[in-house]
Amino acid sequence: MSQSIAIAQLRPAQSSDLLSRYAECTVWLARYMERIENLARVMDVTETFVRTGHGYDGWASVIQINADSETFFARHDQATAADVAHFYILDRENPNSIATIVNMARENARTLRPLISTEMWTHINMFHNWVRRLNANDIRPSQLSGLCTRFKQECQTHFGITEGTFYRDQGWCFYVIGKYLERADQITRLVDIKYHTLIPRHAGVGSQVDVSQWSALLRAGAAYHAYRRNMPRMLAPASVAGFLLLNNAFPRSLSLTLRQVNGATSQLRTDYGLRQSGPILERLDELRAAIQDQTIEQIILRGLHEFLDWVQIQLQAIQDGVADAFWPSPEPATRLKGTDQASSWSTDSAQRSTSGPGGLPEVSPEG
Amino acid sequence: MISSDLWHGYSTSGFFCEMTNSGVPADHQVALIRNRLSSMDLAELKHRAAAAEAELYNLGITFTVYSDRDEIDRILPFDLIPRILTAREWDVIERGVRQRVAAINMFLWDIYHQQKILADGIIPTSLVLGNPNFRPEMMDLDVPLGVYVHVSGTDIVRDNDGRFLVLEDNARTPSGVSYVIENRHMMLRVLPDLVAGVSLRSVDEYGVRLQQALADAAPSHVNDPQVVLLSPGIYNSAYFEHVFLAREMGVPLVEGRDLLVENRRVYMRTIGGLRPVHSIYRRLNDDFLDPDVFRPDSQLGVRGLIDAWRAGNVTIANAVGTGVADDKAVYAYMPRIIRYYLAEDPILDNVQTHICGEPAGLQYTLDHLAELVVKPVGESGGYGLIIGPHASQTELADFRDKLLANPSNYISQPVIQLSTAPTLCENALEPRHVDLRPFAVTGRTTWVLPGGLSRVALRRGSLVVNSSQGGGSKDTWVLE
Repeated sequence: MSQSIAIAQLRPAQSSDLLSRYAECTVWLARYMERIENLARVMDVTETFVRTGHGYDGWASVIQINADSETFFARHDQATAADVAHFYILDRENPNSIATIVNMARENARTLRPLISTEMWTHINMFHNWVRRLNANDIRPSQLSGLCTRFKQECQTHFGITEGTFYRDQGWCFYVIGKYLERADQITRLVDIKYHTLIPRHAGVGSQVDVSQWSALLRAGAAYHAYRRNMPRMLAPASVAGFLLLNNAFPRSLSLTLRQVNGATSQLRTDYGLRQSGPILERLDELRAAIQDQTIEQIILRGLHEFLDWVQIQLQAIQDGVADAFWPSPEPATRLKGTDQASSWSTDSAQRSTSGPGGLPEVSPEG
Repeated sequence: MISSDLWHGYSTSGFFCEMTNSGVPADHQVALIRNRLSSMDLAELKHRAAAAEAELYNLGITFTVYSDRDEIDRILPFDLIPRILTAREWDVIERGVRQRVAAINMFLWDIYHQQKILADGIIPTSLVLGNPNFRPEMMDLDVPLGVYVHVSGTDIVRDNDGRFLVLEDNARTPSGVSYVIENRHMMLRVLPDLVAGVSLRSVDEYGVRLQQALADAAPSHVNDPQVVLLSPGIYNSAYFEHVFLAREMGVPLVEGRDLLVENRRVYMRTIGGLRPVHSIYRRLNDDFLDPDVFRPDSQLGVRGLIDAWRAGNVTIANAVGTGVADDKAVYAYMPRIIRYYLAEDPILDNVQTHICGEPAGLQYTLDHLAELVVKPVGESGGYGLIIGPHASQTELADFRDKLLANPSNYISQPVIQLSTAPTLCENALEPRHVDLRPFAVTGRTTWVLPGGLSRVALRRGSLVVNSSQGGGSKDTWVLE
């Protein structure tokens, strides 16, 4: 190698900021991988629960959590195990199926190949190639739990590889923001739906509840043992909801996930001088303060569902704020601002407006 | 245990074999490699070959083929047996490629400025100015360092006497270099026992060299130029290569939508705002680069890009309008072009070429159709050509009509019996035809990546090495 090249290599790399498009795809890659894991968890727990004969309509609640009632019942009369499993695993027409989400995650990863590690890409590519080959045989009842475990493990492998190999610059901050925003969204959906389906209609505080159902909810969030350690003598609906939302040490709690989002967003401002982070941080402060200032009993008293609805609107506004700050649309006049979107969201909070890049091929010429 | 020599029954049947003809006396390293192959077990080699292909697939070293509903990732089949060039053989190729690139750049400067070569009658004016790849927009644009072709790929074959002949120049956006480097990495992982102790020229410098050439060619007033690679995006079949090169160079891979032009300057959209861009390695055809100048419907290009280039604020590599130099009809004049600009004899000869647009060339082609390869001048990828000796009477008659309907669209060449290289087949090593595409990178100087892409026609007897037509690739070793 000539001397001139050796000298060129010693010159420090230019301090170039991340391409906006890469930031956007990084957020969505992380969100999609997190979404797959959460979906697999809910499916797995539901399958176990229904199989062990608790006889309640577990599969319907999977549809509710994902706000898919309309799409699902347009195609199916009943929420049978087979139909729900097909809808959420193999159905490529369903934007919320694992097959679709894995495909979108991989499209984002493909766009990010110049940025992410080879190990991250290779793993997602193999995961995707495996999911592509799944068929009806693989989602039979006897296979389902094992399959969900595999999905979960693939996601965990992804997170592990990412932790160990993804370069810690601006891209990492966006990855963390995406992953924890998704996790926050998922835990609020889970608590909202489960709390209201599991509380007996006329039951007052302190009435008998089916403990096994609440354990199942905790298990869906990988929270069972942690909860037991915290609350060795009881298992009460309010305290379960409180644990999943407000606990400061449980890695999937709303409170902790927001702390992570806040940390990564602050880092963009302090380490990289990106002052556009300001408004996002203000909104995060407001949301975190509202959560910390209340006990779960107060929240339930004032209306848990209304509270979680509000939280979801805030999460959506944070996502929109990140988009506006870091990948503004080239034609701002034609685009809704974050606040408009947030208010339109509140009229139909069940509608999932959280999907990003990934889609059909466009025609492109040979390069 | 049954063990038979891999070379059992190996016969080159009159073709020049890349491994068994390594000069007299045989190069001792080539002899060593042949002996090592002899002692390897067929089943074991095939097992390793399968592992290598699975790994290429998992790593996504693939090109994507789209059908109606589905997308399929395909690998370029990889043959484990390396194609070997001795230091002496490589020296000829390297000097020949450098010479050719120099002549092509001088030719392009001339035809886009004073057009002396046309005035001197060396090449027909109509062939150049009437060529669809001649871009009048390029007239009098002074490209930095006089370089139009920063990256070139020269397709080289070898005749029965072992003579290297240039079959085609690729001066637009030649692809394939990523396979050269990935094949080497794969080879070192899968067959370390074959490589051990052999002194090979490294291929790892490519990214650094390319980055440096693009920085050299940036507008001269910029101190620390920002280089980017412009790709049509993830749905392009060569997207893997774009990723590979962006990573090797350590520069952003951008799409048209990431760039914009303001005040005749090019910027990219980042999370911190707009950042200037000075040198663009584009893997996008001329037509799509700038909707203001070329196809107005292009969504993949950047509005105002050509204007920014004209203003001297950005460099586009390769330059627009280089297609006129790698045109199959202009190719026929390349030996004369080399002599005209460099006053040297060509180091690498052309394959003898008849221009059907000229009466003598057409007559010769019609008289010898059954012996010739006739190619349309505008096509690539091995499409639309006819190989006379392999064609039926009906095919020849049909082709004759096509040829007469539009003679200037065709050139003809004798059938070159491409050299062969031993290739891992079902039951043993068998000879398969190969070509070679060395890659040259030009900034202040021209550097040629040692080796290049060896493509191999995996079907027995086939002379078509293109990946779209059943071709694979081999690792190319240049011995020290």
